[in-house]
Amino acid sequence: MSLISRRAALVGVGASSLLLAGCDKIVQSPTVRRTIGLGEKATMTTQRLIADRNALAPEFAASDRSPVFRTNGNVMPTSAEYQALMTGQFADWKLKVDGMVTNPMTLSLAQMRSAPQRRQTTRHDCVEGWSAIGEWTGVPLGLLLKTAQLSSNARYVVFHCADTTSGVPYYESIDLVDAFHPQTILAHTLNGEALSVGHGAPLRLRVERALGYKQAKYVMRVEAVASLDGIHGGKGGYWEDGAGYQWYAGI
Amino acid sequence: MTEAAPVFREPLPTVAQSAMPPPPAETLIYRTKLPVRLWHWTNAITIFIMLMSGMMIFNAHPHLYWGKFGANPDYQWLWIGHIGTRGFTRLFGVEFNTTGFLGFAGGVAMPFPPILTIPTTYSLADARLWHFFFAWVLVVPGLLFALWALVTKHLWRDIVPKAKELAPGHLLHDTKEHALLRFPTGEAARHYNVLQKLAYCVVLFVLLPGIVLTGLTMSPYMDAAWPWLLTLFGGRQTARSIHFILATGFAGFIFVHLAAVVAAGPFNEIRSIITGWYRLPQPKLKGARK
Repeated sequence: MSLISRRAALVGVGASSLLLAGCDKIVQSPTVRRTIGLGEKATMTTQRLIADRNALAPEFAASDRSPVFRTNGNVMPTSAEYQALMTGQFADWKLKVDGMVTNPMTLSLAQMRSAPQRRQTTRHDCVEGWSAIGEWTGVPLGLLLKTAQLSSNARYVVFHCADTTSGVPYYESIDLVDAFHPQTILAHTLNGEALSVGHGAPLRLRVERALGYKQAKYVMRVEAVASLDGIHGGKGGYWEDGAGYQWYAGI
Repeated sequence: MTEAAPVFREPLPTVAQSAMPPPPAETLIYRTKLPVRLWHWTNAITIFIMLMSGMMIFNAHPHLYWGKFGANPDYQWLWIGHIGTRGFTRLFGVEFNTTGFLGFAGGVAMPFPPILTIPTTYSLADARLWHFFFAWVLVVPGLLFALWALVTKHLWRDIVPKAKELAPGHLLHDTKEHALLRFPTGEAARHYNVLQKLAYCVVLFVLLPGIVLTGLTMSPYMDAAWPWLLTLFGGRQTARSIHFILATGFAGFIFVHLAAVVAAGPFNEIRSIITGWYRLPQPKLKGARK
Protein backbone atom coordinates (compact mmCIF):
# COMPACT_ATOMS: atom_id res chain seq x y z
CA MET A 1 0.00 0.00 0.00
CA SER A 2 1.47 3.34 -0.99
CA LEU A 3 1.84 6.16 1.50
CA ILE A 4 -0.91 8.24 -0.08
CA SER A 5 -3.45 5.48 -0.17
CA ARG A 6 -2.56 4.53 3.39
CA ARG A 7 -3.09 8.12 4.45
CA ALA A 8 -6.35 8.23 2.52
CA ALA A 9 -7.43 5.02 4.22
CA LEU A 10 -6.58 6.43 7.65
CA VAL A 11 -8.48 9.63 6.90
CA GLY A 12 -11.39 7.53 5.69
CA VAL A 13 -11.43 5.40 8.83
CA GLY A 14 -11.07 8.49 11.02
CA ALA A 15 -13.84 10.35 9.23
CA SER A 16 -16.21 7.42 9.34
CA SER A 17 -15.63 6.76 13.04
CA LEU A 18 -16.23 10.46 13.72
CA LEU A 19 -19.41 10.22 11.70
CA LEU A 20 -20.48 7.10 13.59
CA ALA A 21 -19.72 8.70 16.94
CA GLY A 22 -21.73 11.74 15.85
CA CYS A 23 -24.65 9.58 14.79
CA ASP A 24 -24.65 7.71 18.09
CA LYS A 25 -24.58 11.00 19.98
CA ILE A 26 -27.73 12.03 18.11
CA VAL A 27 -29.30 8.63 18.75
CA GLN A 28 -28.66 8.88 22.49
CA SER A 29 -29.87 12.47 22.96
CA PRO A 30 -32.96 12.47 25.24
CA THR A 31 -34.72 15.08 23.09
CA VAL A 32 -34.21 12.99 19.97
CA ARG A 33 -35.41 9.87 21.77
CA ARG A 34 -38.53 11.67 22.97
CA THR A 35 -39.23 12.92 19.47
CA ILE A 36 -38.79 9.63 17.68
CA GLY A 37 -40.84 7.98 20.43
CA LEU A 38 -43.80 9.93 19.03
CA GLY A 39 -43.81 7.48 16.12
CA GLU A 40 -44.92 4.72 18.49
CA LYS A 41 -47.69 6.93 19.92
CA ALA A 42 -48.89 7.79 16.41
CA THR A 43 -48.90 4.08 15.54
CA MET A 44 -50.93 3.14 18.59
CA THR A 45 -53.44 5.95 18.13
CA THR A 46 -53.89 5.20 14.43
CA GLN A 47 -54.15 1.44 14.81
CA ARG A 48 -56.66 1.74 17.64
CA LEU A 49 -58.63 4.17 15.47
CA ILE A 50 -58.78 2.15 12.28
CA ALA A 51 -59.15 -1.34 13.76
CA ASP A 52 -62.28 -2.63 15.41
CA ARG A 53 -61.35 -3.16 19.05
CA ASN A 54 -62.46 -6.77 18.74
CA ALA A 55 -60.93 -7.43 15.31
CA LEU A 56 -59.54 -10.96 15.51
CA ALA A 57 -55.98 -11.93 14.76
CA PRO A 58 -55.92 -14.44 11.89
CA GLU A 59 -56.53 -18.03 12.98
CA PHE A 60 -54.92 -20.84 11.06
CA ALA A 61 -55.64 -24.47 10.14
CA ALA A 62 -53.99 -27.28 12.06
CA SER A 63 -51.90 -27.98 8.93
CA ASP A 64 -50.39 -24.48 9.15
CA ARG A 65 -48.74 -25.15 12.52
CA SER A 66 -44.96 -24.85 12.79
CA PRO A 67 -43.37 -28.31 12.89
CA VAL A 68 -41.24 -27.10 15.79
CA PHE A 69 -42.45 -24.22 17.96
CA ARG A 70 -39.20 -22.76 19.25
CA THR A 71 -38.91 -21.31 22.75
CA ASN A 72 -37.49 -17.94 23.59
CA GLY A 73 -36.41 -15.82 26.56
CA ASN A 74 -36.28 -17.59 29.90
CA VAL A 75 -36.91 -21.29 29.53
CA MET A 76 -36.42 -22.44 33.14
CA PRO A 77 -37.31 -20.23 36.12
CA THR A 78 -34.73 -20.82 38.81
CA SER A 79 -36.53 -19.74 42.00
CA ALA A 80 -36.93 -22.39 44.70
CA GLU A 81 -40.67 -21.68 44.76
CA TYR A 82 -41.06 -22.40 41.05
CA GLN A 83 -38.79 -25.44 41.20
CA ALA A 84 -40.93 -26.90 43.97
CA LEU A 85 -44.14 -26.26 42.02
CA MET A 86 -42.61 -27.85 38.94
CA THR A 87 -41.55 -30.93 40.89
CA GLY A 88 -45.12 -31.27 42.09
CA GLN A 89 -46.37 -30.98 38.48
CA PHE A 90 -47.99 -27.69 39.44
CA ALA A 91 -50.58 -29.41 41.65
CA ASP A 92 -49.91 -26.77 44.32
CA TRP A 93 -49.70 -23.92 41.84
CA LYS A 94 -52.23 -21.13 42.32
CA LEU A 95 -53.04 -18.13 40.14
CA LYS A 96 -53.86 -14.97 42.06
CA VAL A 97 -56.29 -12.47 40.53
CA ASP A 98 -56.25 -9.30 42.59
CA GLY A 99 -55.62 -5.57 42.62
CA MET A 100 -58.55 -3.35 41.68
CA VAL A 101 -61.19 -6.07 41.78
CA THR A 102 -64.12 -6.48 44.16
CA ASN A 103 -63.73 -10.24 44.31
CA PRO A 104 -60.07 -11.32 44.44
CA MET A 105 -59.59 -14.97 43.45
CA THR A 106 -57.09 -17.77 43.80
CA LEU A 107 -57.37 -20.43 41.12
CA SER A 108 -55.74 -23.83 40.83
CA LEU A 109 -54.60 -25.31 37.53
CA ALA A 110 -57.52 -27.77 37.71
CA GLN A 111 -59.94 -24.86 38.08
CA MET A 112 -58.34 -23.12 35.09
CA ARG A 113 -58.74 -26.29 33.05
CA SER A 114 -62.39 -26.71 33.97
CA ALA A 115 -63.34 -23.08 33.32
CA PRO A 116 -64.81 -22.12 29.92
CA GLN A 117 -62.05 -22.39 27.34
CA ARG A 118 -61.06 -20.85 24.05
CA ARG A 119 -58.92 -22.76 21.55
CA GLN A 120 -57.13 -20.81 18.81
CA THR A 121 -54.43 -21.55 16.25
CA THR A 122 -52.52 -18.31 16.00
CA ARG A 123 -49.17 -16.90 14.99
CA HIS A 124 -46.59 -15.87 17.54
CA ASP A 125 -44.44 -12.98 16.26
CA CYS A 126 -41.20 -12.29 18.06
CA VAL A 127 -40.01 -8.68 18.02
CA GLU A 128 -36.81 -10.01 16.45
CA GLY A 129 -38.70 -11.02 13.32
CA TRP A 130 -39.47 -14.76 13.44
CA SER A 131 -42.94 -16.31 13.60
CA ALA A 132 -44.32 -19.65 14.77
CA ILE A 133 -47.87 -20.98 14.54
CA GLY A 134 -49.42 -23.08 17.28
CA GLU A 135 -52.73 -24.02 18.82
CA TRP A 136 -53.36 -22.51 22.23
CA THR A 137 -56.06 -23.43 24.73
CA GLY A 138 -56.91 -21.36 27.75
CA VAL A 139 -59.34 -19.24 29.73
CA PRO A 140 -60.41 -15.88 28.30
CA LEU A 141 -58.89 -13.18 30.47
CA GLY A 142 -62.07 -11.08 30.12
CA LEU A 143 -64.04 -13.86 31.79
CA LEU A 144 -61.67 -13.93 34.78
CA LEU A 145 -61.80 -10.15 35.12
CA LYS A 146 -65.60 -10.16 35.00
CA THR A 147 -65.80 -12.91 37.59
CA ALA A 148 -63.39 -10.99 39.81
CA GLN A 149 -65.52 -7.86 39.24
CA LEU A 150 -63.00 -5.47 37.85
CA SER A 151 -63.23 -1.97 39.29
CA SER A 152 -64.33 0.74 36.89
CA ASN A 153 -61.17 2.67 37.87
CA ALA A 154 -58.85 -0.06 36.62
CA ARG A 155 -56.98 0.78 33.41
CA TYR A 156 -54.32 -1.90 33.04
CA VAL A 157 -53.83 -5.56 33.81
CA VAL A 158 -50.38 -6.54 35.05
CA PHE A 159 -49.00 -10.08 34.78
CA HIS A 160 -46.46 -11.02 37.42
CA CYS A 161 -44.28 -13.95 36.41
CA ALA A 162 -42.15 -16.59 38.12
CA ASP A 163 -39.06 -16.06 35.95
CA THR A 164 -36.26 -13.63 36.60
CA THR A 165 -33.27 -12.46 34.59
CA SER A 166 -30.22 -11.61 36.72
CA GLY A 167 -32.59 -11.28 39.65
CA VAL A 168 -35.00 -8.92 37.87
CA PRO A 169 -38.50 -10.38 37.70
CA TYR A 170 -40.35 -10.63 34.40
CA TYR A 171 -43.69 -8.91 34.18
CA GLU A 172 -45.88 -7.44 31.48
CA SER A 173 -49.02 -5.32 31.21
CA ILE A 174 -51.81 -4.65 28.74
CA ASP A 175 -54.67 -2.17 28.69
CA LEU A 176 -58.34 -3.05 28.88
CA VAL A 177 -58.84 -3.06 25.09
CA ASP A 178 -56.46 -6.01 24.85
CA ALA A 179 -57.53 -7.51 28.19
CA PHE A 180 -61.14 -7.92 27.02
CA HIS A 181 -60.25 -8.91 23.45
CA PRO A 182 -61.88 -12.30 22.73
CA GLN A 183 -58.54 -13.91 21.80
CA THR A 184 -56.74 -12.77 24.95
CA ILE A 185 -56.45 -15.93 27.00
CA LEU A 186 -54.40 -17.40 29.80
CA ALA A 187 -53.20 -20.54 28.06
CA HIS A 188 -52.30 -23.83 29.73
CA THR A 189 -52.12 -25.96 26.57
CA LEU A 190 -50.06 -25.73 23.37
CA ASN A 191 -50.81 -28.04 20.44
CA GLY A 192 -52.98 -30.26 22.64
CA GLU A 193 -50.39 -30.77 25.36
CA ALA A 194 -49.87 -29.13 28.72
CA LEU A 195 -47.50 -26.17 28.34
CA SER A 196 -43.89 -27.26 28.59
CA VAL A 197 -41.64 -25.41 31.02
CA GLY A 198 -39.85 -23.83 28.06
CA HIS A 199 -43.12 -22.36 26.84
CA GLY A 200 -44.16 -20.99 30.23
CA ALA A 201 -45.73 -23.81 32.28
CA PRO A 202 -48.18 -23.93 33.75
CA LEU A 203 -49.83 -20.74 32.42
CA ARG A 204 -48.92 -18.00 29.98
CA LEU A 205 -50.62 -15.01 28.44
CA ARG A 206 -51.67 -14.97 24.79
CA VAL A 207 -52.54 -11.50 23.53
CA GLU A 208 -52.74 -12.24 19.86
CA ARG A 209 -52.41 -8.79 18.31
CA ALA A 210 -49.16 -8.06 20.11
CA LEU A 211 -45.52 -9.06 19.73
CA GLY A 212 -43.82 -11.88 21.61
CA TYR A 213 -42.47 -9.99 24.61
CA LYS A 214 -46.03 -9.09 25.64
CA GLN A 215 -46.89 -12.83 25.87
CA ALA A 216 -45.80 -13.26 29.51
CA LYS A 217 -44.85 -16.82 30.50
CA TYR A 218 -44.99 -18.41 34.01
CA VAL A 219 -47.88 -16.14 35.04
CA MET A 220 -48.40 -16.30 38.82
CA ARG A 221 -50.52 -13.27 39.48
CA VAL A 222 -52.92 -11.07 37.51
CA GLU A 223 -53.19 -7.62 39.04
CA ALA A 224 -55.64 -4.91 37.96
CA VAL A 225 -54.26 -1.39 38.37
CA ALA A 226 -55.18 2.20 37.56
CA SER A 227 -51.64 3.16 36.58
CA LEU A 228 -48.35 1.47 35.78
CA ASP A 229 -46.40 3.98 37.88
CA GLY A 230 -44.67 2.36 40.82
CA ILE A 231 -44.80 -1.15 39.40
CA HIS A 232 -41.18 -2.23 39.01
CA GLY A 233 -39.60 0.35 36.66
CA GLY A 234 -42.96 1.93 35.85
CA LYS A 235 -42.84 1.35 32.12
CA GLY A 236 -45.17 -1.62 32.10
CA GLY A 237 -42.86 -4.53 31.46
CA TYR A 238 -39.49 -6.18 31.89
CA TRP A 239 -38.21 -5.23 28.43
CA GLU A 240 -39.79 -1.80 28.62
CA ASP A 241 -38.04 -1.02 31.92
CA GLY A 242 -34.67 -2.51 31.15
CA ALA A 243 -33.97 -2.29 27.44
CA GLY A 244 -35.98 0.62 26.02
CA TYR A 245 -38.60 -1.48 24.27
CA GLN A 246 -41.96 0.19 23.75
CA TRP A 247 -44.99 -0.72 25.82
CA TYR A 248 -47.38 -0.83 22.84
CA ALA A 249 -44.90 -2.89 20.83
CA GLY A 250 -46.38 -1.61 17.58
CA ILE A 251 -45.36 -2.20 14.00
CA MET B 1 -44.58 23.84 -17.25
CA THR B 2 -42.59 25.87 -19.76
CA GLU B 3 -41.35 28.90 -17.87
CA ALA B 4 -38.26 29.18 -20.00
CA ALA B 5 -35.73 31.75 -18.90
CA PRO B 6 -33.03 32.33 -21.46
CA VAL B 7 -29.77 33.49 -19.97
CA PHE B 8 -26.27 34.16 -21.18
CA ARG B 9 -27.23 35.74 -24.45
CA GLU B 10 -23.63 36.15 -25.45
CA PRO B 11 -22.55 36.31 -29.08
CA LEU B 12 -22.40 32.84 -30.39
CA PRO B 13 -19.07 31.49 -31.53
CA THR B 14 -18.68 31.76 -35.24
CA VAL B 15 -16.83 28.59 -35.91
CA ALA B 16 -18.90 27.37 -38.73
CA GLN B 17 -20.33 30.08 -40.93
CA SER B 18 -21.38 27.55 -43.48
CA ALA B 19 -24.67 25.66 -43.68
CA MET B 20 -24.54 24.63 -40.05
CA PRO B 21 -27.34 26.04 -37.84
CA PRO B 22 -26.09 28.11 -34.94
CA PRO B 23 -26.13 26.27 -31.63
CA PRO B 24 -29.07 27.37 -29.46
CA ALA B 25 -28.57 29.67 -26.52
CA GLU B 26 -28.02 27.99 -23.21
CA THR B 27 -31.37 27.90 -21.51
CA LEU B 28 -32.31 27.63 -17.88
CA ILE B 29 -35.75 26.16 -17.40
CA TYR B 30 -37.80 25.81 -14.23
CA ARG B 31 -38.10 22.04 -14.35
CA THR B 32 -38.54 20.71 -10.81
CA LYS B 33 -41.55 22.02 -8.90
CA LEU B 34 -41.46 22.78 -5.19
CA PRO B 35 -43.46 19.73 -3.97
CA VAL B 36 -41.13 17.43 -5.92
CA ARG B 37 -38.07 19.08 -4.38
CA LEU B 38 -39.47 19.05 -0.84
CA TRP B 39 -40.50 15.43 -1.11
CA HIS B 40 -37.17 14.48 -2.66
CA TRP B 41 -35.15 15.90 0.23
CA THR B 42 -37.51 14.51 2.88
CA ASN B 43 -37.08 11.11 1.28
CA ALA B 44 -33.34 11.52 0.82
CA ILE B 45 -32.99 11.67 4.61
CA THR B 46 -35.79 9.23 5.42
CA ILE B 47 -34.67 6.45 3.11
CA PHE B 48 -31.19 6.31 4.58
CA ILE B 49 -32.55 6.20 8.13
CA MET B 50 -35.05 3.51 7.13
CA LEU B 51 -32.41 1.37 5.41
CA MET B 52 -29.91 1.75 8.25
CA SER B 53 -32.35 1.13 11.10
CA GLY B 54 -33.87 -1.66 9.00
CA MET B 55 -30.50 -3.36 8.78
CA MET B 56 -30.20 -3.20 12.58
CA ILE B 57 -33.67 -4.76 12.91
CA PHE B 58 -32.57 -7.49 10.49
CA ASN B 59 -29.49 -8.04 12.67
CA ALA B 60 -31.81 -9.15 15.48
CA HIS B 61 -32.79 -12.20 13.42
CA PRO B 62 -30.64 -12.47 10.29
CA HIS B 63 -32.70 -15.22 8.63
CA LEU B 64 -35.39 -14.92 5.97
CA TYR B 65 -38.19 -17.38 5.24
CA TRP B 66 -41.16 -17.93 2.94
CA GLY B 67 -44.72 -18.55 4.09
CA LYS B 68 -46.95 -17.96 7.06
CA PHE B 69 -44.38 -18.84 9.73
CA GLY B 70 -40.61 -19.08 9.92
CA ALA B 71 -38.17 -19.49 12.80
CA ASN B 72 -34.75 -21.04 13.35
CA PRO B 73 -35.84 -24.68 12.82
CA ASP B 74 -37.51 -23.84 9.47
CA TYR B 75 -36.04 -23.51 5.95
CA GLN B 76 -34.24 -20.18 5.46
CA TRP B 77 -33.51 -18.83 2.01
CA LEU B 78 -31.14 -16.21 3.41
CA TRP B 79 -28.91 -16.29 6.45
CA ILE B 80 -26.13 -13.87 7.27
CA GLY B 81 -24.00 -15.15 10.13
CA HIS B 82 -20.53 -15.93 11.36
CA ILE B 83 -18.49 -18.84 12.62
CA GLY B 84 -15.68 -17.49 14.77
CA THR B 85 -14.16 -14.62 12.80
CA ARG B 86 -15.46 -15.80 9.44
CA GLY B 87 -18.53 -14.01 8.15
CA PHE B 88 -20.81 -15.82 5.72
CA THR B 89 -23.93 -15.24 3.69
CA ARG B 90 -25.95 -18.31 2.85
CA LEU B 91 -28.27 -17.73 -0.08
CA PHE B 92 -30.62 -20.58 -1.10
CA GLY B 93 -28.26 -23.02 0.59
CA VAL B 94 -25.13 -21.72 -1.17
CA GLU B 95 -22.62 -20.25 1.23
CA PHE B 96 -20.47 -17.23 0.38
CA ASN B 97 -17.54 -16.02 2.45
CA THR B 98 -18.41 -12.40 3.22
CA THR B 99 -15.84 -11.76 5.95
CA GLY B 100 -14.98 -8.07 6.11
CA PHE B 101 -18.42 -7.00 4.93
CA LEU B 102 -21.30 -9.20 6.12
CA GLY B 103 -21.40 -11.46 9.17
CA PHE B 104 -18.02 -10.46 10.54
CA ALA B 105 -16.25 -7.18 9.78
CA GLY B 106 -13.79 -4.92 11.56
CA GLY B 107 -13.55 -7.28 14.51
CA VAL B 108 -17.31 -7.18 15.09
CA ALA B 109 -19.64 -10.14 14.64
CA MET B 110 -22.76 -8.54 13.16
CA PRO B 111 -24.78 -9.54 10.09
CA PHE B 112 -24.78 -5.96 8.77
CA PRO B 113 -21.66 -4.10 9.99
CA PRO B 114 -21.91 -1.13 12.42
CA ILE B 115 -21.01 1.37 9.69
CA LEU B 116 -24.34 0.57 7.97
CA THR B 117 -26.68 0.45 10.96
CA ILE B 118 -28.58 2.84 13.26
CA PRO B 119 -27.54 2.70 16.01
CA THR B 120 -24.00 1.40 15.51
CA THR B 121 -24.04 -0.96 18.47
CA TYR B 122 -26.70 -3.62 18.78
CA SER B 123 -30.03 -2.22 19.89
CA LEU B 124 -33.20 -3.60 18.40
CA ALA B 125 -35.26 -1.32 20.67
CA ASP B 126 -33.58 1.86 19.38
CA ALA B 127 -33.62 0.72 15.77
CA ARG B 128 -37.37 0.16 16.08
CA LEU B 129 -37.84 3.69 17.44
CA TRP B 130 -36.04 5.14 14.42
CA HIS B 131 -37.70 2.86 11.92
CA PHE B 132 -41.24 3.46 13.13
CA PHE B 133 -40.86 7.22 13.51
CA PHE B 134 -39.45 7.63 10.00
CA ALA B 135 -42.03 5.20 8.64
CA TRP B 136 -44.51 8.02 9.34
CA VAL B 137 -42.19 10.51 7.65
CA LEU B 138 -42.16 8.22 4.63
CA VAL B 139 -45.91 7.60 4.54
CA VAL B 140 -47.55 10.94 5.42
CA PRO B 141 -45.61 13.21 3.01
CA GLY B 142 -45.82 10.34 0.50
CA LEU B 143 -49.61 10.40 0.60
CA LEU B 144 -49.64 14.20 0.36
CA PHE B 145 -47.29 14.01 -2.62
CA ALA B 146 -49.44 11.35 -4.28
CA LEU B 147 -52.49 13.57 -3.85
CA TRP B 148 -50.64 16.57 -5.34
CA ALA B 149 -49.27 14.50 -8.21
CA LEU B 150 -52.73 13.20 -9.06
CA VAL B 151 -54.54 16.53 -8.77
CA THR B 152 -51.98 18.52 -10.78
CA LYS B 153 -51.58 15.62 -13.26
CA HIS B 154 -47.79 15.72 -12.59
CA LEU B 155 -47.94 11.94 -12.57
CA TRP B 156 -49.36 11.65 -16.11
CA ARG B 157 -47.56 14.61 -17.62
CA ASP B 158 -44.07 14.03 -16.23
CA ILE B 159 -43.70 10.51 -14.82
CA VAL B 160 -45.78 7.93 -16.66
CA PRO B 161 -44.14 7.22 -20.05
CA LYS B 162 -46.09 8.08 -23.20
CA ALA B 163 -47.06 5.22 -25.49
CA LYS B 164 -44.58 6.31 -28.16
CA GLU B 165 -41.76 6.38 -25.61
CA LEU B 166 -42.47 2.74 -24.84
CA ALA B 167 -42.12 1.65 -28.46
CA PRO B 168 -39.36 -0.98 -28.62
CA GLY B 169 -37.30 1.11 -31.04
CA HIS B 170 -37.36 4.15 -28.79
CA LEU B 171 -36.61 2.10 -25.67
CA LEU B 172 -33.72 0.37 -27.38
CA HIS B 173 -32.30 3.65 -28.65
CA ASP B 174 -32.52 5.32 -25.23
CA THR B 175 -30.96 2.31 -23.53
CA LYS B 176 -28.03 2.41 -25.95
CA GLU B 177 -27.55 6.13 -25.46
CA HIS B 178 -27.64 5.66 -21.68
CA ALA B 179 -25.12 2.84 -21.80
CA LEU B 180 -22.81 5.19 -23.69
CA LEU B 181 -23.50 7.88 -21.06
CA ARG B 182 -25.04 10.11 -23.73
CA PHE B 183 -27.98 11.90 -22.17
CA PRO B 184 -30.73 13.88 -23.89
CA THR B 185 -29.87 17.45 -24.83
CA GLY B 186 -31.74 20.54 -25.96
CA GLU B 187 -35.51 20.29 -26.18
CA ALA B 188 -35.49 16.58 -25.37
CA ALA B 189 -33.99 17.40 -21.96
CA ARG B 190 -37.03 19.46 -20.96
CA HIS B 191 -38.66 16.25 -19.81
CA TYR B 192 -37.50 13.13 -18.05
CA ASN B 193 -36.32 10.51 -20.52
CA VAL B 194 -38.10 7.19 -20.76
CA LEU B 195 -35.61 5.18 -18.67
CA GLN B 196 -35.74 7.82 -15.98
CA LYS B 197 -39.55 7.74 -16.09
CA LEU B 198 -39.56 3.96 -15.84
CA ALA B 199 -37.18 4.07 -12.88
CA TYR B 200 -39.42 6.60 -11.10
CA CYS B 201 -42.47 4.48 -11.94
CA VAL B 202 -40.84 1.44 -10.35
CA VAL B 203 -40.14 3.48 -7.22
CA LEU B 204 -43.59 5.08 -7.08
CA PHE B 205 -45.74 2.10 -8.05
CA VAL B 206 -43.72 -0.92 -6.89
CA LEU B 207 -41.08 -0.11 -4.28
CA LEU B 208 -42.94 2.48 -2.19
CA PRO B 209 -46.38 0.85 -1.93
CA GLY B 210 -44.73 -2.56 -1.65
CA ILE B 211 -42.41 -1.62 1.18
CA VAL B 212 -45.18 0.10 3.16
CA LEU B 213 -47.70 -2.71 2.70
CA THR B 214 -45.20 -5.50 3.48
CA GLY B 215 -44.16 -3.48 6.54
CA LEU B 216 -47.77 -3.31 7.69
CA THR B 217 -48.20 -7.04 7.03
CA MET B 218 -45.54 -7.72 9.64
CA SER B 219 -47.71 -5.99 12.26
CA PRO B 220 -49.85 -8.48 14.18
CA TYR B 221 -52.29 -5.67 14.98
CA MET B 222 -52.64 -4.69 11.30
CA ASP B 223 -53.10 -8.35 10.31
CA ALA B 224 -56.15 -8.37 12.59
CA ALA B 225 -57.42 -5.06 11.18
CA TRP B 226 -56.67 -5.82 7.52
CA PRO B 227 -56.41 -9.60 7.06
CA TRP B 228 -56.24 -9.12 3.26
CA LEU B 229 -52.62 -8.03 3.73
CA LEU B 230 -51.66 -11.62 4.52
CA THR B 231 -53.61 -12.92 1.54
CA LEU B 232 -51.95 -10.37 -0.73
CA PHE B 233 -48.40 -11.31 0.23
CA GLY B 234 -48.85 -14.96 1.16
CA GLY B 235 -48.03 -14.82 4.85
CA ARG B 236 -46.05 -12.75 7.31
CA GLN B 237 -42.66 -14.31 6.65
CA THR B 238 -43.05 -13.95 2.89
CA ALA B 239 -43.97 -10.31 3.50
CA ARG B 240 -40.83 -9.93 5.61
CA SER B 241 -38.72 -11.41 2.80
CA ILE B 242 -40.36 -9.14 0.19
CA HIS B 243 -39.80 -6.16 2.52
CA PHE B 244 -36.09 -7.01 2.55
CA ILE B 245 -35.95 -7.49 -1.25
CA LEU B 246 -37.73 -4.17 -1.87
CA ALA B 247 -35.32 -2.46 0.54
CA THR B 248 -32.49 -3.89 -1.54
CA GLY B 249 -34.31 -2.45 -4.56
CA PHE B 250 -34.28 0.99 -2.91
CA ALA B 251 -30.55 0.66 -2.24
CA GLY B 252 -30.04 -0.26 -5.91
CA PHE B 253 -32.17 2.67 -7.05
CA ILE B 254 -30.16 5.10 -4.89
CA PHE B 255 -26.91 3.77 -6.33
CA VAL B 256 -28.06 4.12 -9.95
CA HIS B 257 -29.72 7.47 -9.21
CA LEU B 258 -26.52 8.94 -7.73
CA ALA B 259 -24.37 7.47 -10.52
CA ALA B 260 -26.71 9.07 -13.07
CA VAL B 261 -26.42 12.45 -11.31
CA VAL B 262 -22.64 12.25 -11.52
CA ALA B 263 -22.68 11.12 -15.15
CA ALA B 264 -25.25 13.70 -16.27
CA GLY B 265 -23.49 16.65 -14.62
CA PRO B 266 -23.78 16.90 -10.85
CA PHE B 267 -23.86 20.72 -10.66
CA ASN B 268 -26.79 21.13 -12.98
CA GLU B 269 -28.67 18.17 -11.53
CA ILE B 270 -28.20 19.20 -7.91
CA ARG B 271 -29.13 22.81 -8.70
CA SER B 272 -32.36 21.62 -10.28
CA ILE B 273 -33.35 19.50 -7.27
CA ILE B 274 -32.54 22.38 -4.88
CA THR B 275 -33.76 25.45 -6.80
CA GLY B 276 -35.85 23.87 -9.53
CA TRP B 277 -33.80 25.53 -12.31
CA TYR B 278 -32.19 23.24 -14.82
CA ARG B 279 -29.88 24.15 -17.67
CA LEU B 280 -30.82 22.39 -20.88
CA PRO B 281 -27.64 20.63 -21.95
CA GLN B 282 -26.36 21.76 -25.38
CA PRO B 283 -26.37 19.22 -28.14
CA LYS B 284 -22.85 18.35 -29.21
CA LEU B 285 -22.78 19.42 -32.84
CA LYS B 286 -20.84 17.28 -35.20
CA GLY B 287 -17.99 19.27 -36.70
CA ALA B 288 -18.39 22.11 -34.25
CA ARG B 289 -15.06 21.15 -32.86
CA LYS B 290 -12.03 21.49 -35.04
